Amino acid sequence: MQVTIKIARYTLLDLLYNRVTIFYTFFLLGVSLVIFNLDDNVSKGILSLVNIILLIVPLVSIVFATIHMYNSSEFIELLLARPIQRTRILVGHFAGIATALSTAFLVGIGLPVMLYAASATGITLIAAGWLLTLCFVSIAMLAAVTTRDKARGIGIAILLWFLFTMIYDGFVLWVLFAFNDYPLERPVLVLTALNPIDLARIVLLLKIDISAFMGYTGALYKDYFGTAKGMIITTSVLLCWIIIPMYLAVRKFKRRDI
Amino acid sequence: MISIRNLQKSFGKLRVLHGISLEMHPGQVVALIGPNASGKTTLLKCILGMVVPDSGLIEFDGKAVNQEVSYRKYIGYMPQIGRYPENMRVRQVMKMMIDLYPDGAVIDNELANAFSLHSMDQKFMRTLSGGSRQKVSAVLAFLFDVPVLILDEPTAGLDPISAEILRQKILHEREKGKLIIISSHVLSELEGIATDILYVADGKVKTYQPITELLEETGTSHTREAILEIMNRHAGNN
Repeated sequence: MQVTIKIARYTLLDLLYNRVTIFYTFFLLGVSLVIFNLDDNVSKGILSLVNIILLIVPLVSIVFATIHMYNSSEFIELLLARPIQRTRILVGHFAGIATALSTAFLVGIGLPVMLYAASATGITLIAAGWLLTLCFVSIAMLAAVTTRDKARGIGIAILLWFLFTMIYDGFVLWVLFAFNDYPLERPVLVLTALNPIDLARIVLLLKIDISAFMGYTGALYKDYFGTAKGMIITTSVLLCWIIIPMYLAVRKFKRRDI
Repeated sequence: MISIRNLQKSFGKLRVLHGISLEMHPGQVVALIGPNASGKTTLLKCILGMVVPDSGLIEFDGKAVNQEVSYRKYIGYMPQIGRYPENMRVRQVMKMMIDLYPDGAVIDNELANAFSLHSMDQKFMRTLSGGSRQKVSAVLAFLFDVPVLILDEPTAGLDPISAEILRQKILHEREKGKLIIISSHVLSELEGIATDILYVADGKVKTYQPITELLEETGTSHTREAILEIMNRHAGNN
């Protein structure tokens, strides 16, 4: 455990040194301050932030984490000849990167939201964005151990981001069209719940209370995700998206030759 | 101390290690030689757990190395090509390696002083020349007073004076009764250091015997000539 924390600390120091995290923090901070100051209506501001959280936060998290893993290949190589378990090396890196990006997110988005819109909605927004950050760092770890080639690894990371933000939605739409003679509410509910970004989107839209615009499905979502049980399920699915990719990454990494 | 049984490793279709079995004991200085791409580095990396073998068993002090990693704290390793975090200073890398070593590290600064490494303490790793990097690698390998040393082409890229310093250090460690494994192509540098010759080719152990025996067998008086004799013998067989 101690070694894991040490590795996380070295990773974090290295990240602070290269300034990208600081730039990311100020970018998020600037955007949220501008959004909240442009309009007096706080709900509108939250709605604009939702889009940032659903698109930019996952993209930055996955690409940045993947690039960092390739950049620290030397550090990892150095550790591998030492008496340190491979699991600890990878978990330490995950913890370091996740801490850096989480701090950036919590300062950049969390702080303004708490200042301008400290409500249940605001807190849900922060929680969802933070969990998404962790999910995509975890997915990035898997992308980074899949291939040795840096360009290919970053390509895989961007492709995965595309998959979760766009391609998956297209697939769900296709299912809706192809099987529109059948009652699809429940299967679609399950399908959307499998995508972390979609899941976060639904939960946030429900909180903002514009689900009325989403028709019958919206009502069903409200029935389902609006409840305490729905919240627990949402959180567990997002936690699975953090744990499972990381678990697979560790398994792959253990069999890797250096 | 190190015992290897029927070690097999392929990278894709390429078979690198083809059933290697051997034993190594404290006090031995094993010269690992063989043609390029004969599997020397792979064998060393298998011992260090950096390469995961397909089958076979490696034991360190009677314990299988794939079970747990703590045995590695008894090994000092100098890689053929040392890769280090480019944004760190030499001093930071040293401090980090000491920090990451498990409890009770006995630091040996002899080589660092002999190389006067402190003169480049504040340099970033990315600015170091190939030779300076080798020096850092060597210092890291000897940094802890450990019973086993694995040196992969230790003097490649070092200037003659530094190579001699390193040679003296290896001799000094040999006197302490450590197990030292040196992979090298420079036969003359093994002269007077190695106690055993391990000749690997095509992923198999071709010859593994004490130098004294080998000198007698080949009727030569120098390690260098004996090694050449063996290499020629095996080349003739192919």
